[in-house]
Amino acid sequence: MLETKKIESHLNPTGSFDLADHPVPTGREEIWRFTPLKRLRGLHAEAEFAAPTSATEWNTPAGVRIEVVEGDEARALRGVSGLVPNTRFAARVLAEVPSTLLVDVPAEADVSEPIHVRVQGQDAGSAEAAHVVLRFGAHSRSVVVLDHSGHASLAQVVEVVAGDGAQVSVVSLQDWSDDAVHLTHHEASVGRDATYKHVAISFGGDVVRMDSNVHYAGPGGSAELLGLYFADEGQHIEHRLFADHNEPRTKSNVVYKGALQGQGAHTVWVGNVLIRQVAEGIETYEENRNLVLTDGCQADSVPNLEIETGEIEGAGHASATGRFDDEQLFYLRARGIAEAEARRLVVHGFFNDLIRKIGVASLEEKLMATVEDELSKNVLKDVTGDVTEVGV
Amino acid sequence: MSTLQITDLHVSVDTEDGPKQILKGVTLTIDDGETHAIMGPNGSGKSTLAYSIAGHPKYTVTGGSVTLDGEDVLAMSVDERARAGLFLAMQYPVEVPGVSVSNFLRTAKTAIDGEAPKLRHWVKDVNKALQDLNLDPSFGTRSVNEGFSGGEKKRHEIAQLELLDPKVAILDETDSGLDIDALKVVSDGVNRFRAKEGKGVLLITHYTRILRYITPDRVHVFVDGKIADQGGPELADQLEAEGYDKYLTKV
Repeated sequence: MLETKKIESHLNPTGSFDLADHPVPTGREEIWRFTPLKRLRGLHAEAEFAAPTSATEWNTPAGVRIEVVEGDEARALRGVSGLVPNTRFAARVLAEVPSTLLVDVPAEADVSEPIHVRVQGQDAGSAEAAHVVLRFGAHSRSVVVLDHSGHASLAQVVEVVAGDGAQVSVVSLQDWSDDAVHLTHHEASVGRDATYKHVAISFGGDVVRMDSNVHYAGPGGSAELLGLYFADEGQHIEHRLFADHNEPRTKSNVVYKGALQGQGAHTVWVGNVLIRQVAEGIETYEENRNLVLTDGCQADSVPNLEIETGEIEGAGHASATGRFDDEQLFYLRARGIAEAEARRLVVHGFFNDLIRKIGVASLEEKLMATVEDELSKNVLKDVTGDVTEVGV
Repeated sequence: MSTLQITDLHVSVDTEDGPKQILKGVTLTIDDGETHAIMGPNGSGKSTLAYSIAGHPKYTVTGGSVTLDGEDVLAMSVDERARAGLFLAMQYPVEVPGVSVSNFLRTAKTAIDGEAPKLRHWVKDVNKALQDLNLDPSFGTRSVNEGFSGGEKKRHEIAQLELLDPKVAILDETDSGLDIDALKVVSDGVNRFRAKEGKGVLLITHYTRILRYITPDRVHVFVDGKIADQGGPELADQLEAEGYDKYLTKV
């Protein structure tokens, strides 16, 4: 006779701070099945975290406290967002990291200047752990950009606490060198009537995997999770989203767009949305679009919507992966625009839509330039000229 | 001078059951400054004619020729045809998300002219073209055809016609789906284009009503991939009264 066994949720494994509850993943687990574990340099397993070699610097707008904290204060910040680690690497980071980079924006502060934290990796041969806490007081308004570049093997946990009524944007830019490996878990607690925008931008690195999770600390919160990624030859870029609608009248809107080019370029997008029984009157929408620019690429796109209540305002998802749309190219070419130029316009347009939603002016230009660089590597290498915007 | 000459054009389209012949020998010459209307029932191949001339990859030319001022159009790529002076106003203009109308128009103008337009004049020209077609100046910042109403799409096509200023314009059912006000605005735009020296127009339509605003020099009745009848503007009136039945029963 077969023994009946309780099946635990693979989609959202139960969290625990105890490392013993997190065996080393084998790759057969639902949450690890897309990730190339062999290329993680043990970050998911037993890699020994060395003293950080990355250089981190930031600007400090008036009224904001930004500091590396240690000891009791650092310990008190572990799990401050409500995060209970559901992966071994996140549990290890919180258990082992000796300090925390804290960005503390007081209640009602209106910080117009973006807080720009630059993490410059120095050595991909040495495994590092990092814990970042972004705490936004009630009714405050600010933008934080976490800007990663250079060489690193980094396991990271970023916790975000958006207080009641706060308006918060967090942008995480993964613009690593080719040898970088980055595993990161972003957990946000969105307060009552707070507005949280999270933007993930991944261009560089050998393997980048980000789990970006949102839950709500009260009704009426709103989360917009945006992502933009560009995978080149051999790169693995993985984004996993989880919007946990655990409070009524909350909103989530997820839009991720990616492009792939070159042999072995692999992107993964997994969008999980859970609408709990208490979460009446919520709205959620998630969308992932991938543009495959060359042969030899693979884009995995998995939307999961789990609904435990019938009383919802709206829930939907869309996922599309494809090559250039022949009809778009025909339309542009029928106006005299040469094929390569038409392709460039389409790709620009594909990302432009999203870049405009980020809302950080200083980043937009840089991102368009990065997209341009990426395009020039491959499909559009024969194109010259400029397609910059001119308002009419 | 501009002459579009279509000679014994045969075109097929790939279907699941293999290639299907749509155009079965179309011969038609639009001489300098002429406007020709092509009328016909649904499925007669009118749009195929338009898209084949523009070079849509879906259609395969299996015989015949198309020349513009003696140049072999069929040997040109899609964008070369446009740069040679052909313009196709599409029945279903395509959305290009994230590409603003102003960027699109400027890129197209630059491609057609071989150099970027002088910014000051260009901005004025674009604003005028939009205004003439009752399109708000803010239209320039919207993504091409995205979220446009049916009427806006058609007016945007005609604004492009005026700005890109081709030799020969092919209008594929530009009138379909337009209310009477929009039809007038669009017709006015086409008439401004026709008023210029030597412009040819091939106006494809299912209905006769647009011909009250745009008077053609010649009318061709298109049935089953061929021209079944032709005549002057009076033929349109006759079609209005009698419909296509007499041509259809002949087939």
